Amino acid sequence: MKSLFSLLLGVFVLCAPAFAQEDSPDALIKKVTDDVLTIVRQDKDIQSGNTKKAIALVEAKVLPHFNFVHMTALAVGRDWREATPEQKKQLAEEFKTLLVRTYSNALTGYKDQTIRYKPTKMQNGDSDVLVRTEIVQSGSKPIALDYSVEKLPDGWKVYDVVVAGVSLVSNYRDTFAQEIRANKIDGLIKMLATKNKQNEASKT
Amino acid sequence: MAKRVFSVAFAAAVLSGCATTANNPKDPFEGFNRAMFSVNEGLDVVIKPVAQGYDSVMPSPIKAGIGNFFGNVYDVWTMLNNFLQGKPSEGFSDFGRIALNTTFGIAGLFDVASELGLEKHAEDFGQTLGKWGVGDGPYFYWPIIGPRTTRDSFGWVVDTSADPVWYVDDVAVRNTLVGVRYIDLRASLLPTDKVVEQAAFDKYNYIRDAYLQNRRSEINDGKAIPEGRDDADCKQNRCY
Repeated sequence: MKSLFSLLLGVFVLCAPAFAQEDSPDALIKKVTDDVLTIVRQDKDIQSGNTKKAIALVEAKVLPHFNFVHMTALAVGRDWREATPEQKKQLAEEFKTLLVRTYSNALTGYKDQTIRYKPTKMQNGDSDVLVRTEIVQSGSKPIALDYSVEKLPDGWKVYDVVVAGVSLVSNYRDTFAQEIRANKIDGLIKMLATKNKQNEASKT
Repeated sequence: MAKRVFSVAFAAAVLSGCATTANNPKDPFEGFNRAMFSVNEGLDVVIKPVAQGYDSVMPSPIKAGIGNFFGNVYDVWTMLNNFLQGKPSEGFSDFGRIALNTTFGIAGLFDVASELGLEKHAEDFGQTLGKWGVGDGPYFYWPIIGPRTTRDSFGWVVDTSADPVWYVDDVAVRNTLVGVRYIDLRASLLPTDKVVEQAAFDKYNYIRDAYLQNRRSEINDGKAIPEGRDDADCKQNRCY
């Protein structure tokens, strides 16, 4: 009886998922971060401010792991419910372009910082996890860099990035709400598109 | 001198605030703040090139040494505020940092304490007041100093009165120290210029909202949750 029990327990333990696998959110964040920083460390162009090159890197390595629909819905807030499917699609497209550029610009500021990964608190069945990391740079206090990640059918996806307590997504809430009040959702789409075009036209 | 600037500016704020219609509940003195923001943007036309020059001309180890030196002096104030906030283990850690960096780190030029695992903290009196339960109060944007909530503006006055640099007798030395410290700070913020430039629709709004979020997070030592998470009903890629 006892040996049957330990046999069953042994089988159960063997079948339990290993947290070090890539399908855990912190392993995913670590892999993508390491991949991206390895490339940036060797790329003098990006380090001297070449945003276009940084964007190409972000689009290749980082984009697939972000859920821009959710990020846009968070930034737009209550008014998201009023948008048509076509408007939602356009909003998410434009917001994605804006966020990719912001993230890429931040990457060009990379000097020699290292990332410290803090332990992730999650239970086995969790589908919404906060992955905490820190940017360590000599002479200053570490900068908190947190990722809100959710489990979707095609894997874990990031839906918010919080730097030093500032959510890259929530920072737009007031601006977006103001624009929607003044010019409706179409006005917001236009405002985003115009900004993206202006950024695109800039020198780097 | 700083205190006089502060009291004049504060009086002006109160007076102009009476004439402003409050559009944003977070920012009832927006008219005054935007005017001060323009003043700062104007000043930056002169300051930024100096900071850029400093950044490109100064060798990295010297910049690091300067940053570390001022950081070590500031660690004393951080330590005091950690104790005031009822965080003795952080306070003792700060004490350890100061001791190590002042001796082995050669008067603070080298941050050996961080290498040994004593992490750098950053506390100020505004955060202490916040920890004690004092609310933000209206948001202000001051010339040179930049964004501060009402509480943090008072905190800044206390921080400044405790700042040892003002007690240096030699005026030339004192001014040099203040100047270098300010340029060093501006230089450290240069990488964020482009990020904000291209991310912000309205630079004033972006900085204000980022500042308020950051302060909330600092006071809670990183434990604050971003606002609006419940607004969009989003689960599993379906947002209603």
